[in-house]
Parts: sequence; structure tokens; C-alpha cells
Amino acid sequence: MSSWWRSVEPAPKDPILGVTEAFLADPSPDKVNVGVGAYRDDNGKPVVLECVREAERRIAGNLKMEYLPMGGSVNMVQETLKLAYGENSEFIKDKRIAAVQSLSGTGACRLFADFQKRFRPDSQIYIPVPTWANHHNIWRDAQVPQRSYHYYLPETRGLDFAALMDDVKNAPDGSFFLLHACAHNPTGVDPTEVQWREISYQFKVKGHFAFFDMAYQGFASGDPERDAKSIRIFLNDGHFIGISQSYAKNMGLYGQRVGCLSVLCEDEKQAVAVKSQLQQLARRMYSNPPLHGALIVSTILGDPDLKKLWLKEVKVMADRIIGMRTALRESLEKRGSTLSWRHITDQIGMFCYSGLTPEQVDRLTNEYHIYMTRNGRISMAGVTTGNVGYLANAIHEVTKSA
Amino acid sequence: MDSRDANSSETTNVPVNPSSDSVFSHVPRAPEIPIYAVMTACSKDPSPLKLNLGMGVYRTEDGKPLLLNVVRRAEEILVNDRTAVKEYLPITGLPEFNKLSSILIFGADSPAIKENRVTTVQCLSGTGSLRIGADFLAKHYHQDVVYIPEPTYSNHPNFFIAAGLTLRKYRYYNPQTQGLDFQCLLEDLGSAPSGATVLFHACAHNPTGVDPTLEQWEEIRRLIRCKGLFPFFDCAYQGFVSGNLEEDAHSVRMFVADGGECIVVQSFSKNMVLYGERVGALSIVCKNADVASRSESQLKLLIRPMYSSPPIHGAAIAVSIMKNREMYDEWTIELKAMRNRLMSTRQQLYEALLQRGTPGDWSHIIKHVGLFTYSGLSEEQVAFMTREYHIYMPANGRMNMAGLSLKTVPHLVDAIHAAVPMSTSK
Repeated sequence: MSSWWRSVEPAPKDPILGVTEAFLADPSPDKVNVGVGAYRDDNGKPVVLECVREAERRIAGNLKMEYLPMGGSVNMVQETLKLAYGENSEFIKDKRIAAVQSLSGTGACRLFADFQKRFRPDSQIYIPVPTWANHHNIWRDAQVPQRSYHYYLPETRGLDFAALMDDVKNAPDGSFFLLHACAHNPTGVDPTEVQWREISYQFKVKGHFAFFDMAYQGFASGDPERDAKSIRIFLNDGHFIGISQSYAKNMGLYGQRVGCLSVLCEDEKQAVAVKSQLQQLARRMYSNPPLHGALIVSTILGDPDLKKLWLKEVKVMADRIIGMRTALRESLEKRGSTLSWRHITDQIGMFCYSGLTPEQVDRLTNEYHIYMTRNGRISMAGVTTGNVGYLANAIHEVTKSA
Repeated sequence: MDSRDANSSETTNVPVNPSSDSVFSHVPRAPEIPIYAVMTACSKDPSPLKLNLGMGVYRTEDGKPLLLNVVRRAEEILVNDRTAVKEYLPITGLPEFNKLSSILIFGADSPAIKENRVTTVQCLSGTGSLRIGADFLAKHYHQDVVYIPEPTYSNHPNFFIAAGLTLRKYRYYNPQTQGLDFQCLLEDLGSAPSGATVLFHACAHNPTGVDPTLEQWEEIRRLIRCKGLFPFFDCAYQGFVSGNLEEDAHSVRMFVADGGECIVVQSFSKNMVLYGERVGALSIVCKNADVASRSESQLKLLIRPMYSSPPIHGAAIAVSIMKNREMYDEWTIELKAMRNRLMSTRQQLYEALLQRGTPGDWSHIIKHVGLFTYSGLSEEQVAFMTREYHIYMPANGRMNMAGLSLKTVPHLVDAIHAAVPMSTSK
């Protein structure tokens, strides 16, 4: 008798994780990993924030491992909403936000996609081109049809604002859009404040729904308030938005899977209704979310000193990345590259869309043992003072004939 | 930081879209989940006599939550380990956790493990594993009918429904005997369509506390294999029945020993008291290593769009415990102590009811195993007991024996004794 599963196809390899696997297998002492988007310090080492270590010390062994409520840790959610909506947000005071703890940003997006499917079954989601690859998987598995909108313009290595606005205008009224609140992944290209205001205005005209994926608050500029600007603009303009928030990067809690999904509602009653539905959707996925990461977050954000420490540490991370952008650009210019590399410093957040072609990326890997995804995305977190020269040299070599 | 005036907008004359309602205005409030409603009512009850026999969490003799000493030790180790980083786990979770969980349920000498025919992936406790398992069936299995026992854990249907599968029930519990409805079980499974998936509770059936005997399991196994049905095990209470982890895995191991395939989900919520950390595993036992490997790759495709990768903390604790001989032994001792307390509580309740002369046969209390017993009380009786005696349990009469203690048994007996005359034919 043969297996029930003999027709199961091997799944295609995940492009991003595949890069790391290849990197790990490479014996070259010069190898550089600018693939995966996890922060590294200037020695290329992963970092556990001091505020996190302290929080863990406080909570270790002290608590019973009881189930969280279905919506997760109330404390953690409250603190998290303040970060996105503002410390003194009237929406929080008026209890108008339906919010649940989620399994980091992925979990928040998926919960929202499932919610969208259930309660707006005729809707679709507009997704920027390009975007984090898993966005497509999430809405596909939720069975929400996808459309795309213009975002990145290769010629300028910047925002394709005119085409983006055309897509917004041409979409049917009341369309759902996925927006990256800051530090767009994978391009690092964000709209300016003025552009955000125009987008918000047009969304109002069209009655579109804005869903923000905010995975890098604090990590982009170093200032969480500043990084939430796009969201605040939309809130001021009266939109009823949805937000996915993640602590994976800005608190370095990658493996703890801590995040929050929120949906702004008309009033408290509706927020209660929406929250109850989000909980139901979570119940059939994993019942309730994990405790540990939520405890870390609420311990840090609930203690003024720890919160201050966190803000400092986030700024250190952001500043290092900004510093590496400058260093890489200067390094390339110093080598006499005739190409424009200003996009390296124009772009923001963890990633830089270098503009390198797949063939150039392959050369970087094969000849220089530099690993990145074939779309030319460089994880700036992998760049250090130790390897920036080597990286610049290699990029220059493979592009100088371009 | 500029002050925020909610009414300001730098773009003047923003035409307000005629529908300035939320696009989700029509969303109705979800009905409260019955067990949570019971728990909420209990927590709001000011009576000092109140007794929480509802939700399936373990409580000590003092009615307090328990932190296993071995878990506390594991956490201390983890927090002091400066080399431990918090990076993303692989999509399939902590590899060491998967290996050890697999060994825990299938046995170190399992032929399936030796032959690499098992893929085990970390998921969010039993529920998360159930959902991924259900999604896998929906996507890759040719038969979308799933048989679940009547009754079963209240959340079971939701995973299979969410996956788009079709549910059918098989008879399990006989209210007259308060035991297994074995002949009807065989009948129902015997008439299942070929290839149908059958959900089994590996041990300590929730909510009834009624498990098949080993002989009955063997008959079930033969029927399943004969009819080509697909076994799906939910193992949430390994260790709670006999006090011995190996013994409680017998049903599962039987189905692996015959060389056939199955899906097994494990939860560490109860037996390692790690509820909040959501620690569990999903295993697919396949005919050969190649299929297992391909299946694992497909599981990744289901997991990534749901939550990318599982949480690390609880799995790291479980690994610390399972990989260290001394800690593993301490764990089994603490687990056995929990199980023994449950056994002795059952005994106390049974004897107290006998002594009181409460009408009825209460022997099922000591025959049932695990955390729960299906008391046999009707909805009306339960409501009465809640109202008059502040005893909280779900309407189906399921009692969490872990919520009881020597001190509180008399109060429960009073309540049952008073409720019994209300008996209407169930």
C-alpha cells in the first residue's frame, strides 16, 4: 500500500532563507551576508537589547504560565496602541480601537486578511509592487483576491508617485490597500510627508480602506513618533484604518512572535464587536497567543526607565544603519563609480534596493561571496565598518561596466 | 513633537466620502464562547464558596495555578544564558524540540523515527497543530470528510471547518453506561467512506474522561487499517492517565507499529504546564522518508502565511527539560504528582458521594481518566448548582477534577446531592 501523500510536491524553496543557507555553507573567510532582515551590530552579531534582558530577568520563573485571554495581553496591547495611535490618542480613550495581540506582523496581517475575507467577502487587496513576498502568501491563503499598485520606479530607484496615485484613483471606490507605514520592505523607499498627505486625501475621495503594515517603527528614523507619521496623517483625516504592528525588529523579539492587530471603529460598541470576531478567527488558528514576548513588551513599555532605555537602544540601531548607508555610498563614490548611489542614503530602514540585476547579484555571490536576494535587496543591517569597503569594492567591480 | 488637533488637515476642503461609516459597521458581535462565558461568570461571582470546575487548567490542592519546579529551573537557565539569542526560529520551529517531541510520543526506538518517516514541526500548542494538520489535509489529501467523536473538545470542529473540510460525528460516549459506546463507535467508523480522516484522542478524552482499553484500541486500529481510514491523533494529556509518559502513548504507538500512516498533534500545555507559551508539535508519520520530507516542505508553506515561525520561549523550556536526564526525571515526578492528585481527588469525591448516600451510580468518577469527568449531570442540574452553590462548569456537566480539593469536595457533594432530585430524563 502506498502513501496517502505520494502526490505531495516538494515545496519551492523560500528565496530569502535559501540565501542564508547558502551563506552558512560557504567556507570563504570573506563572506558577507546582506540577505536576511535581522539586525546585526557592527561586529556582525545578533543583538539582544539590554532592556529585553532586564525584562526577562524580572519575569523569569515568577509567573505561572497561564493562558492569556484570547485577545492576548491587555497591557501589551494598550502600550502597543499608544505607539501607533499616539500616547494621548482620543481613539484609545474612547475605546474605539478593536485590538488583539497577534503572532508578530505576519499573524496580524493574516488575522486581518481572514477578517476581511469574512466580513467584506467581495473585496480584494491592493498590494504594492514590490512588497515583502509573504504578503502575497498571506492574502492568498486567506482567499482574498489581490491586485497590485505601482510603487517602486527602477529608473529613479525611488517612489513611482504619479503611477501610484493613478492606481489609487483608478481603483474602484472603497478598495482595500496595503500600505507600508515606514521603511518599505524590500525597497526602503517611503513617500514623503507631503506625498502621504496626498495619498490620504485621495483615499478619502475614493473611500478606500488603508491597512498599514508597520514592522519597523523606531527602526526607520530612530524616532517612533516620526516613523508613525503616515498613520497619524490618515487618522487626522478621519480614516478608519487597520494596523499590523510587530516587535520583531524594533525590540529584537523576532523569535517571540509579538505583535498587534488593530482596527479603528466608529465607536466602542463596534470595537467590541470587531474584537470579538478577531478573537474568533484567532481561536481557530491557535486559540490564544504566546505569553513570553507579550510580558517582555509590557514590562518594558510599562516601566518609564525601561522604556527610555528601549528608545535609546532603538535609536542606536537605526543610527548604525543610517551610518552604514552613508559609508556605503561614500565608499562607492570614492572608488570612482560613475553611477548614482544616492538612493542608498535616500532609502530608509533595514533594506536598500540597490538596483543590481540578478546577474550582478550572482557575480557578487560567486566571485565575492556576498549574499543577498536576487532582486538586489541589501540588508543594511548586515553591513559593518569591517565589511563596507569590501562590499563597496565588489559592487563597484560588478557594476562599472554597466 | 507637534500637538495633534484631530480636526486639522493641511489639505483643506476634504470632501467627505458620502459613506463616512466604517467599512466594518455591519460586523455583528460574535457569540460568547460558552466555556469562556462560564469562566467570566465565575470570576465575577463574589461568593467565597465558589468552585471553578470549568476550564481545563491544573490547580493545586490550594486552588492555585502551578509552576513546575523544573520549568522554573529551565527558565533560569535560559535567562542566564547570554549566548541565547532571540532570532527567528526556522518555519518548522526549534529542531531539537521537534526531535525530542517526536521521541516523546513515538518512543526512542520507534521504527518510523529510525527510518526518517516522520516529520515533526513545532506549532502553537495543540490547537495550532490541529489547524495546520487540518490545512494540510485540506490541501493534500484526497478525502475531505473528517470524523470527530461525539462529544469532543469544543474547539475541534473549528479547525477542520476553517480548513474547509466536512465534519461527521462518530458515536463515542454512552450516557447510559457513562462509558465508551464501543459497538456504535465501530459501526460508525465501519460505515465511513474510504479514506475518511478519523480524529482520536490519544488518551484522557476531553470532555468525557472515557478512553478505550488497549484491546479496544487494537480493534479500532484493525478497523481503521482495514477500511483505509486515516487516523489523526490529538494528544494533549500524555502522562495524565497512567502517570507514565510511555504508557499513555500506547494508542499512538500501536498505529505506528503497524507501518501505517497517521497525523499526531501534541500539546505541552497541560503536562508541562506551559499553557501560555503555546508549545506543541504536529507530526506526520509517512510511508517513507521522501514523502515525509516533501510533506515537511509543504507544511512550511502553510505555516509561513499564518505566522511565519513559532514562538521560541516555551519550546526552549521544553528542550531544556527533555534533553537533560535529571530534569526529565524531575518532570516525570512532578507530572506524576499532578496525576496522583487528580486520582485521589476522584477517589475522595466518589467516596464522599457514597457516604452521603447520594442516589445514582457515581463509579464513573473513578473510572474516568485525565483531567475531566463527564459528571452525568444535566444542563438544568448544572444551572441549579451554579445558581445555588456557586459551582461553575460547562452545561455539558464536564467537571475539571483539578479544580477540586479535599477542602472543597464537601461543598461539591452538597451541591450534587441537592441537584440530583431535579433529574429529568437526559
